[in-house]
Amino acid sequence: MTISERRGVVRDGVGLGAAVGLYGVAFGATATAAGLSVWQASVLSLLMFTGASQFALVGVLAAGGGPFAAVGSALLLGTRNSIYGLRLADVLSYRGWRRVAAAHWVIDETTAITARETRPELARLAFVSSGSTLFLFWNLSTVAGALGAQSFGPVLQAALGSVVPAAFLALLWPRLVRGADLLREQRIVALGGAVIALALTPVFAPGLQIIAAALAVLLAIRTGSHEAEAEAGPQVKDPRGDSGGPA
Amino acid sequence: MWIVVISAAVGAYLLKLAGLSVPPKVLERPLIRRAVELIPAALLAALVAVNALTTEGAIVLDFRLAALAAAAIALALRAPFLVVLVVAGGAGALGYVVAG
Repeated sequence: MTISERRGVVRDGVGLGAAVGLYGVAFGATATAAGLSVWQASVLSLLMFTGASQFALVGVLAAGGGPFAAVGSALLLGTRNSIYGLRLADVLSYRGWRRVAAAHWVIDETTAITARETRPELARLAFVSSGSTLFLFWNLSTVAGALGAQSFGPVLQAALGSVVPAAFLALLWPRLVRGADLLREQRIVALGGAVIALALTPVFAPGLQIIAAALAVLLAIRTGSHEAEAEAGPQVKDPRGDSGGPA
Repeated sequence: MWIVVISAAVGAYLLKLAGLSVPPKVLERPLIRRAVELIPAALLAALVAVNALTTEGAIVLDFRLAALAAAAIALALRAPFLVVLVVAGGAGALGYVVAG
């Protein structure tokens, strides 16, 4: 393992962490628009630290959802981090308190960049450099976004209300375009999820229709479970892909 | 609200720790892995639809639809995440001013 190899890994990790971490601005602004205080938005970024789940939590609250629906949606999205952990457990091979600490940073981006390395030393370097930078930038930019959004008038509030669905669309997009794993299934499930959620909106308490939308997964599992057997392992999106999103 | 914030944070952390700690067999069952791979698509699409098209339990078409269309165009042109959000915000604000 040469110095230049280590430098390259750290450079990539820090670059990814800084770039993705800036999306915390959007989360901070969205969270305060959904009725959270600046403190609550900050604590979420500090302690929850998994972007899609954080957006889901405030997205359900913004739609008038109750606490159960908000937490439920967020945790359903968070199950993906369990799979990432499985994938990284071997190459990182942390034990004891290191594992307890490292778990907090197991998210989309750190997994993608760490899983590229096969040697434990470089994998740990990739994980720690991307995780620490992303954590720092994500939390600082959350505070900036939350403070900034508090001074918004009605037109800017409308703009913010428009940003929320766009953020979810941007998170969804890489799953629906050519090159995605399970492309056909992802499209079927996405369409099914949207239809279920809209159909149940007048009937269900706000937020519950989002959780019910997860049932759309059944559309794809029943039709193609034999294909799943052939998959090599949890698939991770390339962090350098053209459609980056929050942690 | 604080209870929501803390319980969601604790739950999310435990899910991460579980992955690093449990024997791989549990989550490596193909069916479970497939469900985990696909659930985000269902939830994110539902969140797009509900946040763009509904207000207080009713389907409402307003400036957010224009913003969503603008966002889709930006995404199709491979714009980065923040650019997509700025485009959507701009289109939404414009739609709000023009329509309302």
